[in-house]
Amino acid sequence: MNVAIIDYGMSNLGSINNALIECGGENVSIISNPEDFKNATHIILPGVGSFKDGMTNLKDLCWIKPLRKTVIEDKVPLLGICLGMQLLADKGFEGGEIDGLGLIHGTVEKLKPVDNKEKIPHVGWNEIYSKTKSPILENIPDGTDYYFVHSYHFIPRSVKNILTTTPYCGNFVSSVISDNIFGTQFHPEKSQRPGFQLLKNFLNL
Amino acid sequence: MLKVRVIPTLLWKDVGLVKGIGFDSWRRVGSLLPAIRVYNTRQVDELILVDITATADNHKLDLETISEMSCECFVPFTVGGGIKKVDDIKQLLRAGADKVAINSAAYDDPTIITEGAKLFGSQCIVASIDAKKNKDGKYICYSHAGKKKRNIEVSVWAKKLEELGAGEILITSIEKDGTMDGYDINLIKAVTNVVSIPVIASGGAGSYEDLYQAISKGKASAVAAASIFHYTEQTPMEAKGYLHSKKIPVRINRIS
Repeated sequence: MNVAIIDYGMSNLGSINNALIECGGENVSIISNPEDFKNATHIILPGVGSFKDGMTNLKDLCWIKPLRKTVIEDKVPLLGICLGMQLLADKGFEGGEIDGLGLIHGTVEKLKPVDNKEKIPHVGWNEIYSKTKSPILENIPDGTDYYFVHSYHFIPRSVKNILTTTPYCGNFVSSVISDNIFGTQFHPEKSQRPGFQLLKNFLNL
Repeated sequence: MLKVRVIPTLLWKDVGLVKGIGFDSWRRVGSLLPAIRVYNTRQVDELILVDITATADNHKLDLETISEMSCECFVPFTVGGGIKKVDDIKQLLRAGADKVAINSAAYDDPTIITEGAKLFGSQCIVASIDAKKNKDGKYICYSHAGKKKRNIEVSVWAKKLEELGAGEILITSIEKDGTMDGYDINLIKAVTNVVSIPVIASGGAGSYEDLYQAISKGKASAVAAASIFHYTEQTPMEAKGYLHSKKIPVRINRIS
């Protein structure tokens, strides 16, 4: 096992690195050069910040081509977390209309509260409910709480790509799936045991 | 449903974990890293770490220590104290903070909030307000760990901070801090009544009922507390059990 965490300058990687090691990840490394991740068996795309800055950095650091190749052609499992999940989409609207990685069809738009009790950003612990069966959700019961902190959400074009939804702003999509590609809007590395369970499941893929 | 958060506050002074009363008479209550490790296992929803002497002593952020803490912290981690410019926010986020708490700097240069929110997202900008009630019963803001009076009312400043782009407001009663005789509910309301962003209540929690009052009457989205967890047998996990029994949505771990 070679777990590669992509460092494109968009977040601290200490806690995800340590969480993966705690979860039994072997040869976990933070990779800042696209040349260095050829042997990866699992890829983590983390990220905090705006869609625009995220895509700009991925582009400037020459990540887009090797990332797409490894994930699409070599079918290496990828987990995008928070902004890393949003960047999987075709387009985002944070900081203007920006093209995403296009790995899962859909757009990233601002959350719309359904009543004045729902505050934006959506910050805190909230439940996830499975919409698609997947080994990545093994031993995670419906209603388990994960930690969220975001103002934008992923709207997949096809319902087939919805892995879980979360009861906020009219049940937004809190994680996505497409073959070997996964994305969670929540932070498994900040969600204690339930987060570790999800990371373990991912590493077992 | 979004859960109400229970957040232990860790106050940091000269490499130790401390707790005072009314922002004074600090007592050392332990070491930081063991405290973070313990809280990791106790189902806390978040941790707030504040370097209480950073602004007053004008010393630099101890990024190495923060990085060490954040690597061990598997819940969201907010770091405050001594943040003066946007670059400080960047450094702290790079060192592993999930959010930063900004207090004194925002009075002198409110653009730190706007710029921080623009660059890193408002979700990681926690605006912190320390307040005292004056003799007319009005809540007035204080900066520099409670030492410097600002001639602005809490509700006015809170509204302004929201407009500037803060993602959350941490409101602390200086008078109640460390007393363990309950939050200042009216102070919390002075903030929750005027903003629509989440408000974290702080200062005065001594019992689970106090936490409940801050949420039910004060309308806080989260409750921060220190002394109750340092000095009594009460725990964050039991606190959540109590809140759950009062029909407050809290996170109960389903996976062990």
